[in-house]
Amino acid sequence: MKSDRTVAHDLPVPEKGPAPGPRPASAAPRRRGRIRPWILVAVMALLAVPFLFPTWWMATSSMKTTSEILRVPPSIWPDAPSLEPYTQVFALQPFAQQYWNSLYIAVIVTAGTIFVASLAGYAFARIQFPGANFLFVVVLVGLLIPTEVTIVPLFRMVNSLGLIDTHWPLVVIPILGAPSVLATFIMRQFFLGLPGELEEAGRMDGLTRWGIFWRIAFPLARPAIAAVAIFTFLKSWNMYLEPIVFLSSRDKFTLPQALTQYVDAYGGPIWNVQLAATTLTVIPVLVVFVIAQRHFIQGLAQTGLKG
Amino acid sequence: MTVLATSPRADRRQRRSAWRRRDAATGLLFVSPAVLGSLAFVIAPLVAVVWFSLHEWNVLAATFTFEGAGNYERMLADTSLHAALVASGWFSLGLVVLNISLALVLAVLLNQRLPGTTFFRVAFFSPVVVSIVAWTIVWGFLLQVDGGINSALAAVGIEGPNWLRGNVTAMVAVVVVQLFKNVGLNMILFLSALQSVPEEIQEAATLDGAGPWRRFWSITIPMISPTLLLVSILTVVGSLETFALIDVLTQGGPSNSTTVLVYYLYRQAFEFNEFGYASAIAVLLFTIVLALTLLQWQTRKRWVFHEV
Repeated sequence: MKSDRTVAHDLPVPEKGPAPGPRPASAAPRRRGRIRPWILVAVMALLAVPFLFPTWWMATSSMKTTSEILRVPPSIWPDAPSLEPYTQVFALQPFAQQYWNSLYIAVIVTAGTIFVASLAGYAFARIQFPGANFLFVVVLVGLLIPTEVTIVPLFRMVNSLGLIDTHWPLVVIPILGAPSVLATFIMRQFFLGLPGELEEAGRMDGLTRWGIFWRIAFPLARPAIAAVAIFTFLKSWNMYLEPIVFLSSRDKFTLPQALTQYVDAYGGPIWNVQLAATTLTVIPVLVVFVIAQRHFIQGLAQTGLKG
Repeated sequence: MTVLATSPRADRRQRRSAWRRRDAATGLLFVSPAVLGSLAFVIAPLVAVVWFSLHEWNVLAATFTFEGAGNYERMLADTSLHAALVASGWFSLGLVVLNISLALVLAVLLNQRLPGTTFFRVAFFSPVVVSIVAWTIVWGFLLQVDGGINSALAAVGIEGPNWLRGNVTAMVAVVVVQLFKNVGLNMILFLSALQSVPEEIQEAATLDGAGPWRRFWSITIPMISPTLLLVSILTVVGSLETFALIDVLTQGGPSNSTTVLVYYLYRQAFEFNEFGYASAIAVLLFTIVLALTLLQWQTRKRWVFHEV
């Protein structure tokens, strides 16, 4: 530590005493400024390729013929863009139905999670009641449990209730089970920071606890709710293990599961059709994201996740 | 009721305690969906999985017999399970190290107020909103022997391997695909932590002659260490939950080289119908997640600069 500091102070004077370790960079006069900006921008542009190219390739290839997809080197834009794969998407599977399944499940899960998590988060943050800490721990356990750990008992539970191949487990378990715990935690973090005077004022005005929650705290929590809504929707929309465990008929499938079903008789993927279906599931989410990116990113960054 | 409510003060106190009691009941009511949900869908299944793990339970054969530690003894002798543990270890190690390093690099780059920052932030984050299955399907095509990756490599004179057919390259592939998918989330968490590092400290250090590297290691890293702790816990736990990626990209192959623990668990339960044995693996998985989380939490005093 100390020798390092000495070296830092001695930098302008070349070779004074035995410098610890050869550092060719320090021998040259160090530029006070940083690395030139355009170099950093170029580095970022290069790094962005693996993030952006797959999406580009997916969208363009979905309009190519299978033979063009396989061509080396790949074409950046299809020779003759065709929407034929897109009609195949709907011809081979009840894709519209599957799309609807994913959509309505995600919407219900999102609304339900917001309700359950904001109520619990609010109470854990603002209301004093016996056993609060213990109950909070009971809820938090869910944070530490990968879905795979409890999938066997959950399967048995769903099976014994006769709910296999229905959408019930995909709706109820995420709202009440482990997936909503992070939401509860985020809501609690938010409500902890709420100024107490607001509630006091509400109480003076004769509001009940429910009134204080519903009329004062909940509307103020909009940023936290937005973040919770975004990641809950995405989590449900992208859910994969639960559908493949709980669902068996095609018209009940959700999108991620349906995407893997575009295969020919030999199990090989029908590439352009599969990519067309994938594009249909990805592009709407990406468009919403790009439009609302500020809320997406800031919401996720600012809401309690920081600790 | 012993005190007549003549003094306004006693009156107020009494009303207060009535409110408190009612309030406590409301509090319990508010948390009840989450608590009951946790009991029904988290705690009870967790207890059940431990109980099931003590049984020989094959769904197809309809057997359910208590056999104590039998499944655990079987685990000790099961070389496929050991291979799955090793695969999980490599996957998690590779993913956590690469993910945290890349996320930090990207966050630092985005924090330089360079032109195009908004665009790049959106670009790096965009795979996070794409479903893992969709992302994996696309990468699956790109990783074919004559796919996009190898064409790009051929352009610079490298002959790429058949990624998904070699044991090592398949592992590299699953790590990389998962890396690009989710690194944006950690990047955003780091970025917001970086933005909360007070500029005065950096300036003071600059005046003291600290170069960019020294400032980064001696100021930035300690200042963002709480975020680093959170991110590392989330990333480690997340890496152990990777199922969809494996199922879509490699199905655990080739020759089980990418069969990580969760995938092995899934196959035991839903392909081989060995629910008892799968439960024992689930207990092992939970133990590992718990141990790694506690380990990181315990070591925080050594390297986390200020408490969360």
